Amino acid sequence: MLIVAVIALGVGTYAMRLSGVLLRDRLELSPAVQRLLPMAAAALLAALAGTAALTAGAEFAGVARPAGVAFGALLAWRKVPFVLVVVGAAVVAALLRLAGLP
Amino acid sequence: MSPVNRTQARPRDVAALAAATLAVGASFGAITIAYGLPAWLPTLMSVVVFAGGAQFLAVGLFAAGNPIAAVLAGLLLNARHLPFGLAVADTLGPRWRDRLIGSHLMTDEVVAFTLAETDPAARRRTYWLVAVSLLVAWNVGTVLGVLLGGATGDPDALGLDAAFPAGLIALILPSLRDRDTRLVALSGAAIAVLLTPVLPAGLPVLAALLGLLVLFRPTRRAGGGRPPVRASGDPEEKTC
Repeated sequence: MLIVAVIALGVGTYAMRLSGVLLRDRLELSPAVQRLLPMAAAALLAALAGTAALTAGAEFAGVARPAGVAFGALLAWRKVPFVLVVVGAAVVAALLRLAGLP
Repeated sequence: MSPVNRTQARPRDVAALAAATLAVGASFGAITIAYGLPAWLPTLMSVVVFAGGAQFLAVGLFAAGNPIAAVLAGLLLNARHLPFGLAVADTLGPRWRDRLIGSHLMTDEVVAFTLAETDPAARRRTYWLVAVSLLVAWNVGTVLGVLLGGATGDPDALGLDAAFPAGLIALILPSLRDRDTRLVALSGAAIAVLLTPVLPAGLPVLAALLGLLVLFRPTRRAGGGRPPVRASGDPEEKTC
């Protein structure tokens, strides 16, 4: 049963990934609609970042994670290299947890 | 295709992301074993599903004895890959081999790294570099987690749960210089965060697509013929 479920999840996920790629050819998209595709992707990525930063399950996340992400976002805005953004966010969150914050 | 624009996918940036992915993959393997699930399960999932969020969600539901809910919840969470596929289809190109393999390797981070590039050739290179790096890191991490169990440590203690959203923000930030993209993305993110407490996992992120509606606000400017993302002549474009 477990193996059937894993394969169903894998096949279904692959089908959604591939159908987006293949649909792009089938759809005659006007330039105005084509312009929306990167915006739609940006909205989804921003939503992933926002929900991952601020929520844990259906609850709002504690202090350490949002603070770490906020520090990382500040570094990114200040044009600090990507690798330091990622490490900076992790270090702030880890230090706040070490200090006992949730 | 001037080199100054190829600023995003530096090998060390990809390496940093791959290292974090390896650690989270290890925790995925270790958590699955800790749930009492068989050792083949996380390894098989990392190969055939290859979507971290859905894998964590699904093993929680497997452990609760509800495999059907695991499949449905995982598919709902992964439905965002369909619009992602539309956005990166041009990058994968017309060859069937590239499309069939590249589709399986599509993840949030791959899409974010790819769309952060402007030049088509740089996009293609970035897509494959990030995709293959993360595939290897995620699967090696999963196997390590299965083998080492609890010894892999808690990724939250290392702050890795903050690292991934921060990385995504860094990657989408340049595209937010375009006013319309910024409005759409920020509205979408706000909608998703506000809906998270009330909707099942996956739906809030999809609801972020409603952010596109701000483009149809009554005060919209005439002439949508500007190139997508990045206004030209922005002096900040070359830095970083």
